[in-house]
Amino acid sequence: MLKLESVKKVYCKHQDEVVALDTTTIEIARGEFAAIIGPSGSGKTTLLSMLGAMSAPSEGRILLDDVSIYDLPIEQRAEVRQNKIGFVFQTFNLVPYLTAIENVQVPMMLSQKFRTEQQERAEELLGTVGLQDRLHHKPSELSIGQQQRVALARMLANDPLIILADEPTGNLDPETRDQVLAFLRQFNEEGRTIIMVTHDLSAAECARRTLRLSEGRIQAGSDQNLLKTA
Amino acid sequence: MTMGTIIWKEMKERPTALIASLLAIILSVTALVAIRNVTIFSEQEVAGKLDELGANVLILPEGVTLQDYYAADMHKETIPEEHVAELALAGLTGVEAITPKLCVPTKLDDRNVILTGILPQSEIQKMNAWSGGGMLFKKHEGCKAKINVADENLDAPDSLAERRALQHLNQSEVLLGSDFAASKGLKEGDQLQLLGETFEVLSVLPSTGTVDDSRVFAHLHTVQRLSGTGPVVNIIEVMGCCEDVANGLVGELQSLLPGTKVVTIANVVETQVSINRMMTNLSYLFLAILVAVGGASMASASFANVIERRREIGTLMALGATPRFVTQLFLAKAALLGLAGGISGYVLGSLIAVLLGPVFANVSVFPVPSLAIVAATVAVLVTLAASYFPARQASRLDPCLCFKEV
Ligand SMILES: Nc1ncnc2c1ncn2[C@@H]1O[C@H](COP(=O)(O)OP(=O)(O)O)[C@@H](O)[C@H]1O
Ligand SMILES: [Mg+2]
Repeated sequence: MLKLESVKKVYCKHQDEVVALDTTTIEIARGEFAAIIGPSGSGKTTLLSMLGAMSAPSEGRILLDDVSIYDLPIEQRAEVRQNKIGFVFQTFNLVPYLTAIENVQVPMMLSQKFRTEQQERAEELLGTVGLQDRLHHKPSELSIGQQQRVALARMLANDPLIILADEPTGNLDPETRDQVLAFLRQFNEEGRTIIMVTHDLSAAECARRTLRLSEGRIQAGSDQNLLKTA
Repeated sequence: MTMGTIIWKEMKERPTALIASLLAIILSVTALVAIRNVTIFSEQEVAGKLDELGANVLILPEGVTLQDYYAADMHKETIPEEHVAELALAGLTGVEAITPKLCVPTKLDDRNVILTGILPQSEIQKMNAWSGGGMLFKKHEGCKAKINVADENLDAPDSLAERRALQHLNQSEVLLGSDFAASKGLKEGDQLQLLGETFEVLSVLPSTGTVDDSRVFAHLHTVQRLSGTGPVVNIIEVMGCCEDVANGLVGELQSLLPGTKVVTIANVVETQVSINRMMTNLSYLFLAILVAVGGASMASASFANVIERRREIGTLMALGATPRFVTQLFLAKAALLGLAGGISGYVLGSLIAVLLGPVFANVSVFPVPSLAIVAATVAVLVTLAASYFPARQASRLDPCLCFKEV
């Protein structure tokens, strides 16, 4: 469902060229749970943002359901993010002045869902992450773990097929980390494709496939498809 | 939830920042509204005065400066009464009435009162008739005003209040200003003693809201006799049939009566007119300040707001916000702020105008609702223009910055 065709990303800063991701070709199938691991600065976030229709590659194409997303006009690319992709961030990125339920409503507001539908679905989603009694709390009034669960609920708002998570457990204590990983595994079992960047090897164990990045290259032989048959 | 929710909640989060960014706009709208508001009423007053007194020309002794039109005769300098006859004989075109006046302060019981001597029109017409000369009251060619020439209907003593001229008055009769009559409990037909002589009240004049309300009017020659001033007057009021005539008369009268000062109502309101002109120019200045300073402070606040919210904007984009949505988000907020600034400026400005108008411009001022529309429109346009580039910058931010670790 997601395909990178000879994708390369080069950042140019004052004549210095940084090759954040060297020419890469990979394919991620529907329903996969892939982990991208590697040291800091190895290009994990760069890869994820290109997969998420957030930043155009310098070379190559990225196909989502056989559509080259960076050949779409910018407004349509925003719609792809809106309807097909859910992001989970290391820093949660909740809107600080909105309550939990309002944060979850944001993606539905952007896709112009009706007010009552927004309300009901946001409540339901916060219920599934166990925050039904924290609907009207602002992020600052929630614990770190609760904030990440609000972010998970928000990510699910428009029922995305693909979940892109950038170090979702990076800021969490071990207990909440396990909680979040359990949720991700559950979402994957519901049929969503998950690509998770992490430098936490034990977190990567949740995934069925691991890509190891180093200095912008996928390490040969790292692309192991550990089909952990249940 | 809508875009409005986001705008509203974000603004509620940082109200002081908003007020700070709006301060310049609020202040300049306030000044603009206050000045315009006072000017509007001041102009109305000028127009009203011109309307009411437009056709009047005052002939005064040379050394007199004119402060208050209604008190123009309250001074000690005099001109010879002969001037009245000269005027009557000159047969000037478009003159409706000639009223010489002499004011003498006196007391009735313990109350100070101005006894004002006036010469009734019938006696002036007589002067003119004796001379066998032309008509005293002739309409000028093309005059559209209706001329009140010795109209029998206007014979009533009450017409003094309106026309500032009187057809008949006997030497032993007085007319009372309404305030004076009320304070002394006098009415038509009563008798009163002034300067040792008994007068009969011919009529109590209707209230005019001017100093005339506390005067007593008697025959000019009686007042001259009792006060021993001789044949002099303080002022001669000449009423032209229309403003054109009044303005045209100035030159003629000046050459006819050297040694006097000839003033029209246009001269009287001249200072006010020039103050109004200055205030209008001042309001343009404040408009320029509003656009420049208000716009600049709004623009810098908007840029700061965009920088501050970069991560949030990136996140919104990751969640599917289009650049158009982001632009609208900031422009709608700017418009809302402009509206708030415009309306608060209008409220403050109107308040200042109502409170200070009477003190500084000598006019009573009321809020003008249409100024609210002008204020809000100008403020909204300024904030929108000031936020255009910040909004565009926001829409072009790299969404990837939401991946950055703090
Ligand atoms: N916006 C950018 N401009 C310039 N260089 C960047 C930018 N983003 C990332 N890089 C560089 O690209 C490389 C890969 O970064 P990143 O994808 O963030 O790595 P990781 O997520 O694995 O830590 C790094 O060397 C980083 O400095
Ligand atoms: Mg990273």
